[in-house]
Amino acid sequence: MSLTHRNAAELGALMAAGEVSAVEVAQAHLDRVAEVDSRVHAFLHVAAESALEQARAVDARRAAGEKLGPLAGVPIAHKDVFTTRDMPTTAGSKILEGYRPPYDATVTTRLREAGLVILGKTNLDEFAMGSSTENSAYGPTRNPWDLDRVPGGSSGGSSAAVASYQAPLSTGTDTGGSIRQPAAVTGIVGMKPTYGGSSRYGLIAFASSLDTPGPFARTVLDAALLHEAFSGHDVMDTTSIHAEVPPVVEAARQADVAGLRVGVVREFGGEGYQPGVTARFQEAVELLESLGAKVTEVSCPSFTYALPAYYLIAPSECSSNLARFDGMRYGLRVADDGTRSAEEVMALTRAAGFGAEVKRRIMLGTYALSSGYYDAYYGSAQKVRTLIARDFEAAFHQVDVLISPTTPTTAFPIGERADDPMAMYLADLCTIPANLAGNAAISVPCGRADEDGLPVGLQIMAPVLGDDRCYRVGAAVEKAFEDRWGGPLLKEAPSL
Amino acid sequence: MTTTRSVMPFDEALERFEPVLGLETHVELGTESKMFCGCPTAFGAPPNTQVCPVCLALPGALPVANDQAIESTIRIGLALNCTIAEWCRFARKNYFYPDMPKNYQISQYDEPLCTDGHLDVEVDGRTVRVEIERVHLEEDTGKSTHVGGATGRIHGADYSIVDYNRAGIPLVEIVTRPIAGTDRLAPEVARAYVTELRELMRSLGVSDVRMEQGSLRCDVNVSLMPRGAAEWGTRTETKNVNSLRSVERAVRGEIERQAAVLADGGRIVQETRHFHEDTGATTSGRSKEEAQDYRYFPEPDLLPIAPAPEWVEELRARLPELPTARRRRLQAEWGVSDLDMAAMRNADAVDLVEATVAAGAPAADARKWWMGELARRANESGTALADLPIEPGQIARVVELVASGALTDKLARQVLEGLLAGEGSPDEIVEARGLRVVSDEGELIAIIDQVLAANTDAADKVRAGKVAAAGALVGGVMKASRGKADAARARELILQRLGVAG
Repeated sequence: MSLTHRNAAELGALMAAGEVSAVEVAQAHLDRVAEVDSRVHAFLHVAAESALEQARAVDARRAAGEKLGPLAGVPIAHKDVFTTRDMPTTAGSKILEGYRPPYDATVTTRLREAGLVILGKTNLDEFAMGSSTENSAYGPTRNPWDLDRVPGGSSGGSSAAVASYQAPLSTGTDTGGSIRQPAAVTGIVGMKPTYGGSSRYGLIAFASSLDTPGPFARTVLDAALLHEAFSGHDVMDTTSIHAEVPPVVEAARQADVAGLRVGVVREFGGEGYQPGVTARFQEAVELLESLGAKVTEVSCPSFTYALPAYYLIAPSECSSNLARFDGMRYGLRVADDGTRSAEEVMALTRAAGFGAEVKRRIMLGTYALSSGYYDAYYGSAQKVRTLIARDFEAAFHQVDVLISPTTPTTAFPIGERADDPMAMYLADLCTIPANLAGNAAISVPCGRADEDGLPVGLQIMAPVLGDDRCYRVGAAVEKAFEDRWGGPLLKEAPSL
Repeated sequence: MTTTRSVMPFDEALERFEPVLGLETHVELGTESKMFCGCPTAFGAPPNTQVCPVCLALPGALPVANDQAIESTIRIGLALNCTIAEWCRFARKNYFYPDMPKNYQISQYDEPLCTDGHLDVEVDGRTVRVEIERVHLEEDTGKSTHVGGATGRIHGADYSIVDYNRAGIPLVEIVTRPIAGTDRLAPEVARAYVTELRELMRSLGVSDVRMEQGSLRCDVNVSLMPRGAAEWGTRTETKNVNSLRSVERAVRGEIERQAAVLADGGRIVQETRHFHEDTGATTSGRSKEEAQDYRYFPEPDLLPIAPAPEWVEELRARLPELPTARRRRLQAEWGVSDLDMAAMRNADAVDLVEATVAAGAPAADARKWWMGELARRANESGTALADLPIEPGQIARVVELVASGALTDKLARQVLEGLLAGEGSPDEIVEARGLRVVSDEGELIAIIDQVLAANTDAADKVRAGKVAAAGALVGGVMKASRGKADAARARELILQRLGVAG
């Protein structure tokens, strides 16, 4: 098997055993990027030179007898919303074109400390706002399963990079489903850790109370290894949790659901769900039962209001978070011809630098926070948020994990929903509750829809700091399905 | 400036109207590092050298609250007799301005850290209780300089430059409730309040409260209502009043201006006004009628502040002696009158006198030098008393030298001159300038004999019993000794030599 088709744990073991060098692994992946990314467009920036340099450093440390972590020398694609001092950081926006941050995000630092080799920065919906990566100012990313379809979003570059074997691992951020939905529609694993379980320092903010960095991988174990590598408390982010990282790697290896109580969220299903998605989800339920899990239906009535609440809270926070992009200190500045006031330059810069979806959300949020509307919009949305957290709490008294389809449909064609924001927003219907309540949730492949042959994701939700349960159940499902399929789902994807 | 100035004289204004005041004071805390990052806070560093990703609002940067600043704010709240919130949050105040890097300020909105306190101030022997509505914690903005244009403000400037060193320095905002019933004392009450607040900050050690450096800034709200009216008038807010004297002048000026407008049947516009130090006048700024909507919402990047009640009690127990109590104690210890004490406060001399007393000088002497010769010198050179290049310990030594007879008051003044000129310690100056009193009796008698020989008329008068005539002879001795003789001893010796009993 070629190096690019090996998973991260295998690559780590091969390098530890001295069978292959980090430079060879990095070069193989860079070659793969050169071969396929003109068609996929997962990367906004490929850092070939620095990747090889990092790989050489790992090889040198290993040669010097240093004990390295399990992912040392493993290549990774990094979502272009994390700051990197040696690479441009754009957040997929024109307003940050060419911007080079003077500091590394905490996640970036921890990737480097773990010896991961950063291949480059991946495409995303502008400022992580979207579910298709079509909102990137630098053009859409394409789904490796069907190049005319979207890879999900906002972390679509990261999902496509892993699904097209350009990297065994990638980073994402999940604000309303931006890791789980792209993972689902590209047939890979994507995890949203508990809010505060991974640091937001250096993550360009979309919605502060929701943004959560997390891993993409082709296996549940790989996702757990990456999760463990960059998570944990960070003094630079006071919303990061003071607690040990849950035992995610151990759970991924355990892969056992016997006796586990699994709840199916009643509110997710029926109308608006593609038949193939419903069928594959039903199969997953049966599979879990066959593995000894006790599956029951659980009602979470407030989940119905999650989408509208999210579309008040996230835009409100983003309207404030994105105020700093004013052309005064960094990034794009237009119309500064010496005749215009600072206020005009700010306004014209923002008009030129932000895309339509970003402007739409800034306007929504500005309105929702404005005097006289605050209580009705932002205030009510926060109450809904509390109710959703209570629904989760009540549900987790009855069951250990909750499951649902990750997203109501498979990957949709590029352009299909571009002019219909509401249709686009529905892609996050099932993923948003976990963001509003801060819970952990993962998406793992559960087959292909009969009508279009495209991958379907199973979402497994766990309590706050119960991240290990996501991995434990996810790994069990993965193992059982792979036994049934004779290998990973991704094997069925067309080769590029 | 071409503002048409129409004011009503203060006395007339007060006959017709009653003022209501409100003061918002911003105090920059003297913490080592900024409110939400680790940058240093030293004043006067080269522009944009005390900055980092957080206080420049680079993409991805996050704030971390400064615990020391929270503690200082709670101590201020306790000293102002406030209730300390058990749980409260920071909030974002959203508006665009180039000196505010994030284009929102992290402040507090409907959940301030401290509420419902008071501060008693003394004016004209009367105690006025100023109610405190709230004390909250926020961050300062950067400092803009608008170059070119007529007003020094952003509109009309050729260009503007921004120094972000100040951006993110912790700022405590102290807001009073409306202060009514002060009548014609309103300007003095305003000044006394700010003075008292400044002393309170100093005694807590939370800020250097230097108004000229902007570490204490004051916004003054004034409204007038006709005498006997039940409803308060529309207020104006005069921003950035940056000295104690200006606080008083701003209130007085605004009373005079508003009275003229109202007397003409005009209407006061609720607006922000700018104070001009040079003229004492205010000019119209932004109208509150086109006020911005700040879209406050709880800051999602920071955890709520939840000070443990036991910790708050510990802070309360550890509060230092507060200024009022301290002044009462010192006044009793020094045995000075209310008037003298007030004079010392006004001259900012209380701390200096206290330090001089602590260095061993009797209170009366310490006060005499600081409030006399040194106050005069400070006044002449336009510096604050505390900024004179002279230490309380040095004054104590001068006092000691005078008490021992080694120096006369006149010589002591020359020593002070030497101290101000940086000529060294008092003893070094006495030595270098040759200022020691002539204590060698032989030398003194030789001088006396010279003087007696040169003034036979006066000497004869004294011999004849007109002792008062000895004064001229003493003067002669002082002159001949260039002031270094001990006048009292010289007098004794003159009388002795002329055969008159002292």
